[in-house]
Amino acid sequence: MYWKILLFVLMVFVSIAGITFPIVDKPSAWYEFPFIPGLGENAKIIFFHVPTAWLTVIAFLMSCIYGFRYLRNKNLNDDVKAYVANQLGIVFCILATVTGAVWAKFAWGAFWSWDPRQTSIFALLLIYGAWFALRSSIESEEKRATLSSVYSIIAFVTVPFFIFIMPRIMTGLHPGSADDETSGPIVNFKMNENMLLIFFISLIAFTILYFWMWYIGYKSILLKEKLQKNY
Amino acid sequence: MNSYSLEINNLSKNFGRRLIFRDINYTIRKNTVLGISGNNGSGKSTFMKIVAGVLSPNKGEIVHSINGIKIVDNELFNYIGFVSPYLVLYEEFSAEENLKIFSKIRGIKFNSEYSKELFEKLNLFNRRKEFVKNYSSGMKQRLKYIFALLHQPELLLLDEPTSNLDSEGKEAVYYIIEKFSEHKTVIIASNEEQDLKYCKELIKLENYK
Amino acid sequence: MLEKSYNIFIKDLKSELRTRYAINSLVMFILVAISVILFSIGNEKIQPELTAGLYWVVIFFSAMSGLSRAFVSEEERGTTLTLHLIASPDTILSGKILFNLTLTFFINVIITFVYAAFFEGFVIKNFVLFLVTFIFGNIGLAVSSTIIASIIAKAGSKGTLYPVLSFPILLPLILSCVQLTIFCFDGTSIDTHFYELAIVVSYDVIMITVSYLLFDFIWKE
Repeated sequence: MYWKILLFVLMVFVSIAGITFPIVDKPSAWYEFPFIPGLGENAKIIFFHVPTAWLTVIAFLMSCIYGFRYLRNKNLNDDVKAYVANQLGIVFCILATVTGAVWAKFAWGAFWSWDPRQTSIFALLLIYGAWFALRSSIESEEKRATLSSVYSIIAFVTVPFFIFIMPRIMTGLHPGSADDETSGPIVNFKMNENMLLIFFISLIAFTILYFWMWYIGYKSILLKEKLQKNY
Repeated sequence: MNSYSLEINNLSKNFGRRLIFRDINYTIRKNTVLGISGNNGSGKSTFMKIVAGVLSPNKGEIVHSINGIKIVDNELFNYIGFVSPYLVLYEEFSAEENLKIFSKIRGIKFNSEYSKELFEKLNLFNRRKEFVKNYSSGMKQRLKYIFALLHQPELLLLDEPTSNLDSEGKEAVYYIIEKFSEHKTVIIASNEEQDLKYCKELIKLENYK
Repeated sequence: MLEKSYNIFIKDLKSELRTRYAINSLVMFILVAISVILFSIGNEKIQPELTAGLYWVVIFFSAMSGLSRAFVSEEERGTTLTLHLIASPDTILSGKILFNLTLTFFINVIITFVYAAFFEGFVIKNFVLFLVTFIFGNIGLAVSSTIIASIIAKAGSKGTLYPVLSFPILLPLILSCVQLTIFCFDGTSIDTHFYELAIVVSYDVIMITVSYLLFDFIWKE
């Protein structure tokens, strides 16, 4: 119970802080962010865009793990957990793509430019879409679970190619691609401490939110199945 | 002489929420003909597929052993002969071509004398070089027996053994069942009285709901 | 085991030569696809980057047109059970991969020649690099397409689902191959491009491993 209240407080704080804290040239107070050349006000989107991208990857990882577990134990509950993870995953993937495109418009001038990271998140969106398309074409429960699990694992195996290799070999606009000398504000911890703090709070809050939604999601499906069975 | 044995432990199968059968336990002796009886839709074909290793059960297991050593799933196919109405052979090849190719895929040498013997016994010798797509359903059924026996399996699984057959064909099948069960094991799934008469033991699937 | 798989390949090959279902429609598909592209381009000059991309686009869609047949035809005719009764899953997968490899090389050689003949930007300056890219790219394409074909053979709406499932899986391979093809047109030496080649080769190795590990689960119901 208490952690739900804590989560609520964190999310409210992050939402307010992320949007309203002013950006000034020389931050002096604790609630002021520095002005990053080239980004300006839009830097605040980092508090929302990066967590959604982070969560979609976490969801994908969970889908693969529960898929793997299903193949070992043939327990349909694992399939349900994977299903809910995928549902959340695709939602966060859409959010990440859209927030990314919005940021791209402000920072680089175009909504979409096939930058490697953009391509990767789009590929992830395609994987999620394909996963749901596969599921909806199979009627038998066990076959559906088996084939979706297999596809999750195959898709997961191709993902490292996107995340690790592509941005490095291809030039891109994203911070952290081959062009950029720094590896981006996050990895370098060059981000100002205030921003860093809000950023990590946001990340943690979103992660807790995700697990909470996932937990409710799969419990409710299991409950529904139990009720149907008894009825 | 190899000693083959079959054990069925706590076998249960359901499709989604529909229970097919539950907790079947059985040890099958050699030289026997086991019958599986039940009405249409009672799960006879499902049971046969699970024994053949084509379908997985939800609970329990089937253990095939030879000389006391368990046969691994992936090697089971050469020990089993399977006949059923839904078995389909390659229609674009001739009967004999089908069998030759299958032998090569199984990794055993094509036994041409035994093949000739089987073709003659099942009255297909003169038509062995015709394409299967020109076969009648009765001829296809007889060809399936040749397919099931050519590699000399330890276990014969017959689902609806006499479907599509004329009286001559039925006699040939009964003869095969009797000969085969002299030294090896046969399992028949049927609801024909005449078929089940040849069975020494019987499992009634209604009892396992 | 190699001999048994080889015989599955021979069976499929003989069946194909006898009925000619796939070959005819595939070759027509290739010609139609390339014609459409040529008509759309008209007399415009297109850069090498675009030519390379279009080349792999046609390769991808031709693969989607022809490679699912390996498993879908068995499922549609009801002979999946027959295969179950004569071979182990590994043998079946090997045989089908072998068949799809042959088919992939066959159609891609045709596509390459047609492109060389009709697209002015398609000039290969570094032949060795192109050969290596072609071989390893096709292996990756065939292997991935085969495992996905085995998945969709067990599902409904097979035709439309096949490209949907295959594209995300093949994307890393296609992107790398397009890059490498552009380098072939540039004529730069093979040494500078080991990184991209490493991606393609490791993709092949990983997909082959994953296919064999997972096929058992797909095949046995």
